[in-house]
Amino acid sequence: MIKIQKGKPIIDQHDSSYLYAGKFGGNFVPETLKKPIEDLTKLFNKLRRDKKFIKERDYYFKNYVGTPTSFIKLYNLSHQLGGAQIYAKVVSEANGGAHKIYNAIVHALICKHAGKKYIIGDTGAGYAGKMLSMAAKKFGLKCKIFMGTKDMARQKPNCDAIRANGAEIIPVDSGSKTLVDAVSECMRYWVSNCDTTHMCVGSTVGPNIFIKICAWSTAQISRELIVQIKKEFGKIPKKLKLINCVGGGSSSIGFWNSFMDFNKKQVEFIGVEAGGPKNSKLHAAPLTNKSKIGILHGAAQYVLQDKEGQISETQSISAGLDYPGVSPLHCFLKDAKRARYTSATDEEALAAYKLVASMEKIRPSLEPAHAFAEAIKIAPRLSQDTIIIVNSCGDAKKDKFILEKRLGKNHD
Amino acid sequence: MINPNLTLAFENCKLEKRPALLTYIVAGDKNKNMTLNILKNISAYVDICEIGIPHNTPVADGKQIQDSSYRALKSGIKLNDVFEIVKNFKKADSTKPTILMSYFNQILQCGENNFLKKCKSVGVDGLIVVDLPFPENKQFADKCKKHHISFVQLIAPTTSDERMKQIVKHSHDMIYYISMLSTTGGKLKVTPQKILNNYFKIKKINKEKNIVIGFGITEKTIKSLRRADGLVVGSQLCKGITDSLKSNKSPVKTLTKIVKSLRSKIQ
Ligand SMILES: Cc1ncc(COP(=O)(O)O)c(C=O)c1O
Repeated sequence: MIKIQKGKPIIDQHDSSYLYAGKFGGNFVPETLKKPIEDLTKLFNKLRRDKKFIKERDYYFKNYVGTPTSFIKLYNLSHQLGGAQIYAKVVSEANGGAHKIYNAIVHALICKHAGKKYIIGDTGAGYAGKMLSMAAKKFGLKCKIFMGTKDMARQKPNCDAIRANGAEIIPVDSGSKTLVDAVSECMRYWVSNCDTTHMCVGSTVGPNIFIKICAWSTAQISRELIVQIKKEFGKIPKKLKLINCVGGGSSSIGFWNSFMDFNKKQVEFIGVEAGGPKNSKLHAAPLTNKSKIGILHGAAQYVLQDKEGQISETQSISAGLDYPGVSPLHCFLKDAKRARYTSATDEEALAAYKLVASMEKIRPSLEPAHAFAEAIKIAPRLSQDTIIIVNSCGDAKKDKFILEKRLGKNHD
Repeated sequence: MINPNLTLAFENCKLEKRPALLTYIVAGDKNKNMTLNILKNISAYVDICEIGIPHNTPVADGKQIQDSSYRALKSGIKLNDVFEIVKNFKKADSTKPTILMSYFNQILQCGENNFLKKCKSVGVDGLIVVDLPFPENKQFADKCKKHHISFVQLIAPTTSDERMKQIVKHSHDMIYYISMLSTTGGKLKVTPQKILNNYFKIKKINKEKNIVIGFGITEKTIKSLRRADGLVVGSQLCKGITDSLKSNKSPVKTLTKIVKSLRSKIQ
């Protein structure tokens, strides 16, 4: 049976081949990247144990990202649905409008410590790219962002922000023209430029070290939340459900990290993947739909693929979730039965957005709207003393045009 | 010696005092028949044929090989077709060493043992797995050895000295040195002298090993590296197919011409 070890960071629970549960993750990379990955691994291992570096990180988290982000009760929504009490961790308040800022800041700091002047990264929804461009500007790094052309068209507000920060967007027109292709192209660029350039992977995917750095960075979310929960309730509630959307899995792993050792009957983790359009066979939910283990972007994971190992096309209204694979950490959590995974369709996410936006002050982007859809689905069936917390990890400004098109001009 | 075909090919080239010429094309580009036709036509000028199994997420490949792979997949090529191409090619030219190049996921989905059995049955002589580096590849390389299939270890400019020694130690008949920091299809951005310096560094560790150099080698650059045991040309050939298709010419003729010219430059 696969088990999560208590008292040990989840990111460190791999074997000497960097595999979690003996089968997820690893470093399936071209020989050229072995050394840069080893160097980065050594550097990060040193930095994460260095008090000065932690102080540096915390300084920027506090003064640049803005910590803590607020923890609020959604009174109207809870009242409307009946049943469980619904709260939100409003991570979208972070500078830039989403959790991607934590990973971006840490990567920029590492890049500085590595003595490199160039930084590159992938993006789907545009948030990872926007945040990396912000961090690059802040620390005086030259930045290139790889983005699928389909995503550039549907997430234009974030593209504008990336360019305004002085970063260059490299359009990726191959394959499905979305995140999966952007990550591939970014990795290719790194192979060719790894001597001068630092690579940031925008989620908890890719070769092991990128999973580690990203999850270590977003862990800030649950470090804040556990304090906020204790303050609100005096203790950790008896029945707590933490609901988060899962694309690559960076916001969810950060949202859950501090609660890993709690019994799942007390603190349940629910990950919501992209179910795609209601009447389409396509989706982006490898954990929900029992996909097989395969290798994508250097790591073994559950991934949508055909019998011969060709990666499948995905479809989702949410560019940030539109990815055929998922973090090896989530594969681990799923097989250890620590987290439960489900999906929400495009339509359910849109309806959830509409309901939340009409009743509350927050405007979750289409990614967290998937998480709200699940909360809305289960809350009425749950007892009054059940606490649901949704990670509202992104702001809907970037989705303005999609929302107008699907819900009309005055959509909230 | 793990695979006699491969070893013999290198020995013959040494007798002729020239490097082995290795060519790479993607199976099924632009269809099964064309690949077989190309192989049959270039075979006389080539010492070792590399055949790529197309993948739709080829993270280590540049534009030219990506284009070839997408074209092949569009033609509906499946793994069994790749094996069939090798089988038919070997019927025509039974001793020509043939190496398959793949991403590890394709082998994983087929099943390692099943994949190797199929390779063996059609006469595959060697395997290059782009994203299965040392030491993660130790187990699979051992399996290859049992099937008398050479597992080709890769060494890059970033490979440390200690690692290089380990890789050479675990290598089979042939080692592939990646000339520069690049995906396939990049322009040669380091001097031939620098590439050869690294090459001889590997050679010094074990003179018995056949070391080929690949990445950035074209008609323009091949001559400058002729002191190596072998030289691999891939992207220029893939581009040759792309260009021919664009201008309605015969890829078979175009590739035969390029390969003849490559061979003449190292003769
Ligand atoms: C707001 C937001 N939420 C969620 C995601 C999904 O990524 P992850 O699962 O890594 O949090 C993205 C990705 O772009 C995003 O922008």
